[in-house]
Amino acid sequence: MYEISLLTVMSFSVIFALSLNLITGFCGQISLGHAAFYGIGAYSAALFTTDGGSFWLALPLAMAVAGFFGFIVGFASLRVRHDFLAITTMGVGFLFTGFVRQQDFLGGEEGIAGIPDPGIGQIPYMLLCAALAAAVIAFSLYLKRSWMGHAFDAIATDEDTARTLGIDVARYKLTAFVFGTALAGLAGALFAHYVKFVEVESFDFIESISVLAMVIVGGIGSVWGVVVAAAFLSVLPLLLQVFADFKLLIYGVLLFSVMYFAPGGIDSLMRMVWRRISGRRTAA
Amino acid sequence: MNYSDLLIQGLVEGCIYALIAVGLTLVYGLLRILHIAHAGIFTLGAYVGLLLTNETGSFAAAFVITVVAVGFFGMAFYRLFYEPLLDKPPHVALIASIGLFVAMEEIYRIVFGATSISFLAPPLKDTVEVAGVRLEEGRIAVVVLAVVLIGGLAVLAGRTRIGIAWRATVSDAAMAESFGIDLARVRYINFFVASALAAAAGVMVALLLNQVIPTMGGVPAYKALAIIVLGGLGNVKGTLIAALALGVIESFGTIYLDRVLDRDAIAFAFLIAILMIRPQGLFIRR
Repeated sequence: MYEISLLTVMSFSVIFALSLNLITGFCGQISLGHAAFYGIGAYSAALFTTDGGSFWLALPLAMAVAGFFGFIVGFASLRVRHDFLAITTMGVGFLFTGFVRQQDFLGGEEGIAGIPDPGIGQIPYMLLCAALAAAVIAFSLYLKRSWMGHAFDAIATDEDTARTLGIDVARYKLTAFVFGTALAGLAGALFAHYVKFVEVESFDFIESISVLAMVIVGGIGSVWGVVVAAAFLSVLPLLLQVFADFKLLIYGVLLFSVMYFAPGGIDSLMRMVWRRISGRRTAA
Repeated sequence: MNYSDLLIQGLVEGCIYALIAVGLTLVYGLLRILHIAHAGIFTLGAYVGLLLTNETGSFAAAFVITVVAVGFFGMAFYRLFYEPLLDKPPHVALIASIGLFVAMEEIYRIVFGATSISFLAPPLKDTVEVAGVRLEEGRIAVVVLAVVLIGGLAVLAGRTRIGIAWRATVSDAAMAESFGIDLARVRYINFFVASALAAAAGVMVALLLNQVIPTMGGVPAYKALAIIVLGGLGNVKGTLIAALALGVIESFGTIYLDRVLDRDAIAFAFLIAILMIRPQGLFIRR
């Protein structure tokens, strides 16, 4: 039973982290407010199913609502860049929590309790989350190698040059935001139906930083690195009490030390190890 | 609550924002780093100031020692954490700074405990009447401090050799260095001043709320970020105007916008609205 919940948490965390990786990693648009979209997905799915809606419809609905808001926020990335964008997206996160706290229909400070069970049992729910996570991994890998992925990469490397080369920067940035936020919405809906209770604290600035930590530790833009980092960082607090008590301290130190010692994250470490191994093989 | 009350309250808040934000904008202007961990330094100031006051019994002495000590702490902080990252791409320092801030808050929680600490004998709590409004002495002290410290900073920047060296470095570091300006020294002084101002703000916030908690740096710090962006990153005058304006807007906003947004989100609503119209901030850097 315990392993089932670990795998479930791992799966929606992987989706959430990959969704940010799409925006920040692939397309180079830093976001410090990504938890807002996770929250939008969670809240819209929760409202829908507590009102009698079907769980299966709640998932695409959450993606659509989060993606819609992501589209709007994407316009901000067309107006401002780099540090300005970091602060603007941070602001979006605060707007989300600040708005939710004052709204009665969203449960205000108390949140929404009594979210109905999807009714498929724990193991199938875990399998569903894992299957969706696998699909998102496959989508990320495909996207990275597609024409669109290369356009994202060009924008991430040098936006002005990309524009000179005839890449429609605005269109690709908006696409990255819509895809990334819609997937965050999906992760949020899965989260809400797993814990069956949503409150605004689950989607605050710290959550945005936690997911950013997963992407940074994994290696910005690397699919497998981010998957490994998200899988580990999401379940460590459940496995180790020490990690749960000092979660933020560990996240903080990790963020700093990865930037300080290994800006490429797990991805670059894995590559280094791989190069050593394959290098030795050719030598022998 | 009448309008003059709201206005004065807003200005007091604005002075606190100004003390925090000026330091942030100084760091950004010189190094192009969004120094999120500035908020951790602010909280450190609050803790040191409060504990020293309780220990020594003198608020004034504690205040001065705190401001100077935290100023030196800021210099060490720069040397240890930022200097090695100066040549890396900008997002490296930003993310490292977020990590440092999160870690600092946790260290305060572990060292000082998660519950709030208060002054044994809260200083400057008497009220005085100014222009028909009853005000706590602490609030007046905040305004006086902000005027004195920021005024002092303006004199320092405009009239002294080190101020001139600082301004030269901000406008063109390579050129300044070739004219014999010691860049490392300018950066140290920059961090000393920024951290000392944050510490002063921290002690004053501790005084006004009569409590210090590990997470107190969060909200004012994020708002300070919004303020320096509004002021046109790196522009000190713009930052001051934006800080005072935000203080006043918030204090009126809590009355009129309360049903839609909480107080802390107002700053960002305002920020996003302005940025969409003027992406370079309200005031362009000269």
